[in-house]
Amino acid sequence: MASDTIVDPDFKVPAPERVGEEGKTWSHVIQNLVFTVDHKKLGLMYIGSGLLFFVVAGIMATFIRIQLFFPRSTFLDPDVFNRFFTMHGTAMVFLVGMPMIFGFANYLIPIMIGTRDMAYPRLNAFGFWVFFFSGLLLYFSYFGAPGLYNAGSAPDVGWFAYSPLTAKAFSRGHSTDYWTLAILLGGIGSLATSINILVTTFCLRCKGMTLGRMPLFVWLFVVVAFLVIIALPPLSACQIMLTLDRYLGAKFFDTQAGGDAVLWQHFFWIFGHPEVYILILPGFAIANEVIPVFSRKPIFGYPIMVAATVMIAFISLGVWAHHMFAVGMTSLGNTFFAISTMVIAVPTGIKIFNWLGTMWGGKLHFDLPMVFCLAFLFQFLIAGLTGVMLAVVPFDWQLTDSYFVVAHFHYVLIGALLYTLFAGIYYWYPKAFGRMLDRKLGFWHFWLFTIGFHLTFFPQHISGFLGMPRRIFTYEAGRGWEIWNQLSTIGVIIQIPGILFFVYNLIYSYYKGEVAGDDPWDAWTLEWATTSPPPEYNFEKLPEVRSRRPLWDLKHPDDPDWKFE
Amino acid sequence: MSSAELTNTDSDWKLPSQRKVGMICLILTESALFTIFVVAYVWYMGKSLNGPFPKEVLHIPWLASIALFGSSFTVTIAEKFLHKGNRALFHVWWLVTIALGAYFVYFTGAEWYHLIYKENLTISTNVFGSTFYSLVGLHASHVIVGLILLSIVVISSFRGKLDPGHSEHVEMIAWYWHFVDAIWVVVLTLVYFISVNY
Repeated sequence: MASDTIVDPDFKVPAPERVGEEGKTWSHVIQNLVFTVDHKKLGLMYIGSGLLFFVVAGIMATFIRIQLFFPRSTFLDPDVFNRFFTMHGTAMVFLVGMPMIFGFANYLIPIMIGTRDMAYPRLNAFGFWVFFFSGLLLYFSYFGAPGLYNAGSAPDVGWFAYSPLTAKAFSRGHSTDYWTLAILLGGIGSLATSINILVTTFCLRCKGMTLGRMPLFVWLFVVVAFLVIIALPPLSACQIMLTLDRYLGAKFFDTQAGGDAVLWQHFFWIFGHPEVYILILPGFAIANEVIPVFSRKPIFGYPIMVAATVMIAFISLGVWAHHMFAVGMTSLGNTFFAISTMVIAVPTGIKIFNWLGTMWGGKLHFDLPMVFCLAFLFQFLIAGLTGVMLAVVPFDWQLTDSYFVVAHFHYVLIGALLYTLFAGIYYWYPKAFGRMLDRKLGFWHFWLFTIGFHLTFFPQHISGFLGMPRRIFTYEAGRGWEIWNQLSTIGVIIQIPGILFFVYNLIYSYYKGEVAGDDPWDAWTLEWATTSPPPEYNFEKLPEVRSRRPLWDLKHPDDPDWKFE
Repeated sequence: MSSAELTNTDSDWKLPSQRKVGMICLILTESALFTIFVVAYVWYMGKSLNGPFPKEVLHIPWLASIALFGSSFTVTIAEKFLHKGNRALFHVWWLVTIALGAYFVYFTGAEWYHLIYKENLTISTNVFGSTFYSLVGLHASHVIVGLILLSIVVISSFRGKLDPGHSEHVEMIAWYWHFVDAIWVVVLTLVYFISVNY
């Protein structure tokens, strides 16, 4: 650990040995990736394919924004527009969000708890490939969906595919079937990975790593994995029902035969709302690691953080119908779901105050991971506030399915989740590849993306207030919506170079970045105790820990944490 | 890390068994899946617009239920004999378990044949048909998976591949079998005791 602090101008640190470079030729590399069961390679493959789908779905969003720049624009046809927002939403949730969080979990959990791999390495590889092919299956709908009917192309029923839009009568061809099967398949992969995460954390912790000493990152992923195995089966179940409806003529969602279209909404959102927390808790997990290290203080209120996470997960299973206030439920139902939705703001608020408490009086280092986390705190606050507003039933009646909702969930999923994912990439890239991401390029990325992000999504709050519904492919002039839509589109045009800086940085720093060493951030969790990148077996000798910050103990033998915990 | 520095008091560092945690997680997630099909069945109870209705066509499957519940006891007895090292009795009771499970699957097949060909109830007849076949079918498919797992155990035992070290593997398969049984308690109560009033 001390070796890289010795300054010797003539000494050249050898370039790190890295994933995928074992083979000399491309076929070796591909063979290596296909056959691997190593949690680190699978983690990077998850993140890599997530970024790939992110770019594709992002391009679709760009087209959507260009279409909405002018009123009465004819840039996209209405049916193409419907496919684009469906594929954008579906891909961003199932092919970007899910693989990115599982990528981080896969890469980091075994190292953080001091073991050599996940509990079921082959199941892990299975989970990845099932996810990957579900993504290809979804996009293959562009070619395969017309089928014998020669109707339709990609799915165009929206990412929550409300019934009866998905009924055979209204969705001809096979587009909805591709959507259903891709999601069913992806769900199997997510379940496999989540069971793997739970078994790994409960059964493979290194000596001394009690549950109370696990990094909060790992704790939060335990909660996420529990949420996945409880909340994802409803999604699989309603996909099975939909397939039975479409292929065997079952009547689950056929209102003419006594079926109930609202039941689909219930089943979908029983999955759909916990899914939001499945996606955002990993963002919190990354913030929990980054903020203490760059504040040079241990996390404030560790047990409360764990308790708040468990509370969020628990309450999140009972809030789903706040997506359905406009459907017309009983006032008892409305009241229950409004209150449960507001209650969830309490543990979330506790978390925000704990992060502030961590920074309070700390020695803040404004490196890239921290900068992204700070932006996350502000943006997540806005997202949370609009969320509480939407929980008020009459307010929701006014603004549901308007651009206000679009703005709200993009502040959650971009402003909070994507920002923490960026923070995580800047934080752990040196560990994974042995080189730092370039700081200057990183700040270009940060500022362009932040300005672009707010310019895109803040005006959507206002166009929502002005009554602009979501998912319309165009609008009439003179309603006061033009300027807000134009600002939004300009925001996208600023975001794009930000993302380009990021992608360029990933590639540039892989070859030219500053060599990182084992522990560039002077951090405290076990992943920084091994080399960068870690060997296939992670640790030569499995570590033993006595506190929540094992590396602090090692670096400060005179003042170890375990004396105080 | 030098071990001298971090010498720990917990030399008896114990972690739960991977198989048990994994099986509990699998059972949890399967329970969530069944819950949704159960909720769909309850939601649509009495909502069918046309017959046949549950009270006209469903008969309480006493014999099949006794067989399935009984198989939970026989599998436990078989496990006991495996622990004692009595392979012959282990085989007998394990095969009895498989036979009882197989009878249950046979019963479901016969019931479905009757319903489809005699009563004209298919998955597309009404919402009762949709929810009935999907819920009972999901359960029956789990029974079939259980039977395959049970058969793998007995076949590997006959081929001499089952060591005493595999007792936890066998236990996990028994857990899965108990889970399938427990689901039948719910399905039997809901479908054959409650919904026959509609």
